[in-house]
Amino acid sequence: MNLLNLLIGFLKVGLFAFGGGYAAVPLIRDVVLSYGWLDPDMLTHMIAVSESTPGPIMINLATYVGSTQGGIIGALIATLAVILPSFIIILIIVKMEKKLLKNQYVQAALSGIKPCVIGIIGATGVYMILQHVFTAFPGGTADTTAMMITVVLAVIYFGSGKMTKRGISPVLLIGIAALAGVLVYGI
Amino acid sequence: MNRITDLFLTFAKIGLFTFGGGYAMIPLIEDNCVARKQWISHDEMMNITVISESTPGPIAINCATYIGYKQKGIGGAVAATVGMALPSFCIIFLISLFLDRFLEIRWIANAFRGIKLAVGILILDAAIRMIRKMPKKPFSLAITVCAFSAMLLFSIYAIRVTSITLMLIAALIGLIAFLIAKRKEGDAG
Repeated sequence: MNLLNLLIGFLKVGLFAFGGGYAAVPLIRDVVLSYGWLDPDMLTHMIAVSESTPGPIMINLATYVGSTQGGIIGALIATLAVILPSFIIILIIVKMEKKLLKNQYVQAALSGIKPCVIGIIGATGVYMILQHVFTAFPGGTADTTAMMITVVLAVIYFGSGKMTKRGISPVLLIGIAALAGVLVYGI
Repeated sequence: MNRITDLFLTFAKIGLFTFGGGYAMIPLIEDNCVARKQWISHDEMMNITVISESTPGPIAINCATYIGYKQKGIGGAVAATVGMALPSFCIIFLISLFLDRFLEIRWIANAFRGIKLAVGILILDAAIRMIRKMPKKPFSLAITVCAFSAMLLFSIYAIRVTSITLMLIAALIGLIAFLIAKRKEGDAG
């Protein structure tokens, strides 16, 4: 049953994750938290691990969740499930010489989906930040230490993007954040 | 070297050496498949990027499937796609075996308390970058703002509406707006 859930859950992720990279995070959160596969903290840790290891984030998260839920078989099922929808859709598009994408109704649906995805990702980012800087959200008190670290990290990250052309990389930001964690919370 | 093996190895190399996923992979794919192997032209590469933006799934997988199929049919598509996914699969599988125990070490747990705070910033940044690239039409901006507010409220009040539901509603709105515009055109003509 668990393996079937892994298959269905990650097929959903693979089928609805438009935009690639972090665009899949809100969907993965929905699926992973609703099945109770990971707690929110562990999911956030894994997003950081995925960012710091090679390969597409969606595949990294699918492999990890699959492995913790069903060992190597679970990992294989979840990873294949997340790949399969895009594999099939691309084959269909190549066969149809892109006619499918030029179809005006498909374009009309995409004109709604694309901006919606951006809003969803933005909301997920904001919600995750709020969750981390309050002891409980909604209703908890502010965790001033976490709040200060977040502000410093944001200033470093967005500031470096303003000062230099490319700014610091996400992996470097994660490194700085790890260092800040050790320095502030102790070894 | 046989072309299928070449596709597999080339995409395995790309999968092994790109961090962060998403658009971070496109320059590497372009370097390998356009400049070196000349499997596809630069224009085709641009085309794949556009297709990837409009289709679900990891962009790297979309590219691998497309290029693999163009080179060697279904076999090529499978070889390139599996090659792309295999390095991350192996690395993450190994990590999954010991991450829990790893997190019991105090300083590592503390490092992750810091890392956690960076993740929200990175996700917010991804959204900001996408807004910058988005054509600024009032219709798109309105949908972005509505989706943002709805998703944030649902998350805060733990209302179980998934992002998939929101996307389906947005697709429907896109279709309705299109049909209304079409009918108006018909009336005018």
